[in-house]
Amino acid sequence: MSTAPRLTALDALHRSLGATMTDFAGWDMPLRYGSERDEHNAVRTRAGLFDLSHMGEITVTGPQAVELLDHALVGNISTVGNGRARYTMICQEDGGILDDLIVYRLGETEYMVVANASNAQIVLDALVARAEGFDAEVRDDRDAYALLAVQGPESPGILKSITDADLDGLKYYAGLPGTVAGVPALIARTGYTGEDGFELFLKPEHAEGVWKALTEAGEGVGLIPCGLSCRDTLRLEAGMPLYGHELTTALTPFDAGLGRVVKFEKTTNEGRFVGREALEKAAERAETAPPRKLVGLVAEGRRVPRAGFQVVKDGEVIGEVTSGAPSPTLGKPIAMAYVDAAHAAPGTEGVGVDIRGTHEPYEVVALPFYKRQK
Amino acid sequence: MSNPQQLRYTKEHEWLSDAVDGVSTVGITEFAANALGDVVYAQLPAVGDTVTAGETCGELESTKSVSDLYSPVTGEVVAANEDVVNDPSLVNTAPFEGGWLFKVRVTGEPEELLTADEYTAFSAG
Repeated sequence: MSTAPRLTALDALHRSLGATMTDFAGWDMPLRYGSERDEHNAVRTRAGLFDLSHMGEITVTGPQAVELLDHALVGNISTVGNGRARYTMICQEDGGILDDLIVYRLGETEYMVVANASNAQIVLDALVARAEGFDAEVRDDRDAYALLAVQGPESPGILKSITDADLDGLKYYAGLPGTVAGVPALIARTGYTGEDGFELFLKPEHAEGVWKALTEAGEGVGLIPCGLSCRDTLRLEAGMPLYGHELTTALTPFDAGLGRVVKFEKTTNEGRFVGREALEKAAERAETAPPRKLVGLVAEGRRVPRAGFQVVKDGEVIGEVTSGAPSPTLGKPIAMAYVDAAHAAPGTEGVGVDIRGTHEPYEVVALPFYKRQK
Repeated sequence: MSNPQQLRYTKEHEWLSDAVDGVSTVGITEFAANALGDVVYAQLPAVGDTVTAGETCGELESTKSVSDLYSPVTGEVVAANEDVVNDPSLVNTAPFEGGWLFKVRVTGEPEELLTADEYTAFSAG
């Protein structure tokens, strides 16, 4: 299949910066501009600027917008205040995860659902189907927004210098409309790096101007453009799941150790929501007899585990790596893996990863690998 | 980027220096280093190992992937670059110089090694 890749509004800019581009979910995206390790470290210690315009925005509006979202998603969206955001998931009837999402409440009856690029169409289709019977409209706004992220400890200062918005009053997982570099933006204090930071939803025609303004504002404090490669190692260190790796339709949120996102105590729709029955069983199974658990693995050696590699102990396969990379912060390879519950306790002896036929020793640790000092 | 004229190249993106006293130096090209991204781990052949032209003799691991290292020639390994083992980023910063990988006493050489110009055209293609 040779479909032309989709380009973000910043495509020409990325190329002028010498980015190495990669196909991601049908989009041509920056993988890295220079060294991905330098980009990673910039976000941990200073600031990094990302183009995330491949993410899929879906707007839900109308008198019953919140009832629809409570029905369609596993979270309790009724409890999300105006100007706040919530990490949640959308599941199948059988409890399998269709995608993980952030839902932003933009107004009294207006919400923006942000889906992964690879799942945006699936989420859109599911929301449209599940909207039947609700007085609410589901709108595909994927082309309406460019998305920039400025992440890292210097990001509040950088953004503050080019916006009139009250960033000090903007809490983690909150979002407010404001003006950035003279253009309207939805400013959200969210991210996928384990650092403080902001995501800016903009009109695509404004993306280049805001990118340049942020670059200029961050020049003196070490902000650099960052690609998806370091975004992956940043989220991995922070123990954040990635759809297609830690999350799939074969797993429920409880299997993924994220049962906390499922809210059985919802009051809308008499507490009914898509997947409820299956998820109740999954919750019980996770409590009483979990098959596998998501754990962290830290290498004792230097060879890097990759997704799909087998986790072994005493010659037996006890699990599978879902994500793995050299960790710039820890200075050694790390991985997330689903491991048989009997061997999932931190410190379990004798665990290894089969790396091309050799069993390399790995330490089982609790997630995350990295937590920022607040 | 420019590929030094005095080296010869393989389609697996290794370079080979002309032999001095029968010993040639092997590394990967700047093109390959850029394609890999930050190299974080280098497993090199050990001194005394016999390597065979076109066969794997080690691996280079980067953030995103692992790549086999192929020997451009047949012979006995007489040195492995410990600096690269200790600091694999040398492969990225100086692929044709300090980032060399191993030295080999050449006993056999394939005919299809490329000149710098041929390799430049190949890697651009």
